[in-house]
Order: sequence, then C-alpha cells, then structure tokens
Amino acid sequence: MHKPIVEIIVGLFVLAGLSALLFQSFRVGNLNGQAVVDPYTVRAYFDNIGGLKVRAPVTMAGVDIGRISSISLDPSSYRAVVELSVSGEYRNLPIDTSAAINTQGLLGEQYISLEPGGDPTYLKDGDRIKLTQSAIVLENMIGQFLFGNKGE
Amino acid sequence: MTAVLRITGALSLGLMAVLGRAVILLMHMLRHSHVVVKRFPLFVQQLYAIGVLTLPIIIVAAIFVGMVLGLQGYNTLVDYGAESSLGLLVALSLTRELGPVLGALLFAGRAGAALTAEIGLMKATEQLAGMEMMAVDPIYRILAPRFLAGVLALPLLVALFNVVGIYGGHVVGVEMLGINASAYWSGMQQGVDFYNDVLNGVVKSFVFGFVISWIAVFQGYDASPTSEGVSRATTMTVVASSLLVLGLDFVLTSLMF
Repeated sequence: MHKPIVEIIVGLFVLAGLSALLFQSFRVGNLNGQAVVDPYTVRAYFDNIGGLKVRAPVTMAGVDIGRISSISLDPSSYRAVVELSVSGEYRNLPIDTSAAINTQGLLGEQYISLEPGGDPTYLKDGDRIKLTQSAIVLENMIGQFLFGNKGE
Repeated sequence: MTAVLRITGALSLGLMAVLGRAVILLMHMLRHSHVVVKRFPLFVQQLYAIGVLTLPIIIVAAIFVGMVLGLQGYNTLVDYGAESSLGLLVALSLTRELGPVLGALLFAGRAGAALTAEIGLMKATEQLAGMEMMAVDPIYRILAPRFLAGVLALPLLVALFNVVGIYGGHVVGVEMLGINASAYWSGMQQGVDFYNDVLNGVVKSFVFGFVISWIAVFQGYDASPTSEGVSRATTMTVVASSLLVLGLDFVLTSLMF
C-alpha cells in the first residue's frame, strides 16, 4: 500500500505545486516589487495628480529611478502629497529638481518625471520638491480649448 | 393546493436533513483531522490518488486555456495597439478567475466523482459496515484523509494550472505572434498584485477544494447502498459541486475585488 515510489511522486507533486505558488508570487505578481534598492524618500505637492497611482514609476530623463510609495491629501492646503521613493544609487539630485506628472503615450499609465535643476546642494531623505507640475487632465484641456475659442 | 404545500414542505425538510447530515459529517472529519499526522501514509496515498492523478488533465487543460487566452487576447488587443499588455491579460484572467474555477470544475469531474464512487461502493459492498464491526471508525480511516487530501490538493493543482497557462499564453503570444518577451513579463509584473490577485486566487482555490471534497465525501457516504444509488450520488457530486463552485466564485469575487 505505502510504496516508496508513491511517496516520492507525491513529494514531487507537493513541491511542484509550492514552487508554482512561489513562481506566481515573484515572477508573475511582484511580491518583491522590483524593490527600489536602498531607497530615500522625497515629497512633492501637486494641485492635481490626475490618475496617478501608488507604485507608478519615477523617472529622470526617461530612466526608471524609483517608485511612488504613497499618495495622500494634505488637509490644510488641500493639495496632494506624493511620496517618491528614489533608489539610493541616485542621491545626487539637485535640491531645485522639479517633478511633473506625465502620461506614457496618449492613454497610458501616469508616472512622475523629474527634471534636474542646477543647485549644488542635493535632495536629502524627507526633503520636499518645490517645483511641481500637475497632471494634465485631458477633459479640462478640451474644455479650455472650446471655451477659449468662443471667447475670441 | 395542499399537495403543492406538502411537496414544498417535504422538499425543504429533505434538504435540511441532508444539510444537517453533511455538517455533522464535516464536524466528525474535522475532529479526526489529526489523522494526517498519525496516519501520514494514508494521507500521502490519498494525495496521490486525488492530486497526482488529476495532474495530467489539469496540465493539458491549462496549456490550451493559456493558448486560447493568448490568441483571443492578441486579436482583441492588437486593434488598440495594446498587444504588449497580453501578458497582463493572460496572468490576471488566470490567477483571478480561470485558474481557480476551471481547475475546480476539472477537479470535481475527475477527483470528486472518483471519491464519491469509491466511498459509495465501499458502502454498497458493506466494507464500511465491516470496518465498524472491527471497531475501526470509517470516518477516521477512510473519509477524513480523503477529504483533507482534496482540500490540500486543489490549491496546488490550481497553482500549477496558472503557471502552465501563463506559459501557454507565452507560447502563442511571444513565440507564434511575436510579442516582445520582456513586454509580456514586465506588463504582467506591473499589473498583477500579490495580495489582490495571486493570494485571493489561492484563497478561492482553498474554498473550492474544501467544498468539492466535502460534497464528494458526503455524497459517497450518504449514497443509498445500491448500484443506482452510487450512480446517482456520483452525478449529484459533479452537478452540485460544479454549480456551487460557480455560485461561490461570484460571491467570493464580489467580496474580494
């Protein structure tokens, strides 16, 4: 009844199932989240973040350098507070770096693009990016366009 | 009028009685769940019969499901120039819905029906009564290991189903239709969340495994000890567990997502 071969096959089956679970966790889902190495956090305030989501990429010159770690609303100024976790590899970002919310393609996901300034001092952990450019809301733009034309 | 009332009443009472017996059996099986530790070889034997022997049908089905998803998804997405999201589409459909549900339906047909037939025949040939005569509790010796093996086997099978399906989509999308392989995988990794998608799929498959094994074991144990009774019990297992899986899937999905 309890042949060792059966036990070996069952062991293989269980291991295969568990490794399939691990595969799903790491290769399919992003449990380790392409983790940002040795991150430091900077904050940026936006008037409107459009459809920006947590875990969206942070880029500079098109290169992926971090992730958005949290998005919240500042209750006193009613502006969106976005926390960017930037890879420790890029610690030498000038303090007057500006952040803009851009869209990948016409209908793609939104992400934050950083534009370096020229100040010799660098952003530190917990610093705030002062120059920000809100998301472009397509509907508002169309509205402005129509309204502007009527005015003329 | 009274006839209608009588039939309704009799049906409800019958249903309640069946549900009551099923819950009592479940409690007995859970009380005996230490059989997994005490009689480990029995459990392994059942894991082989229920899990390993269901593996071929799961793998073959998963390959084709993944390939069809790849093909259909590609044809739809290419109209919007979004064929690079194919990996995401395949992985999300599999981990959230198709893996647990199709896996469970195949499991009900292959393993559930076999369980009911086996236990029902044991009852019809009075093997269970014979065990009781020898002071061996059939719930402990026969039912509990089968039930628990079923509960454990389905999540493992579904995990394999998902992975094989994703590779099936990879074969069609990347190797036949020429989507960039890294776009296939990175789109998947960006869109699939571990807790929301993968873990909820695992929870679903646990629930389905529990329900199917419970129904299968109960139907076998509760079957009338005739060849007709066993055949009816086997049919009931497949029908009831398939319907319950589909219904529960809706409930679980609305709770989870």
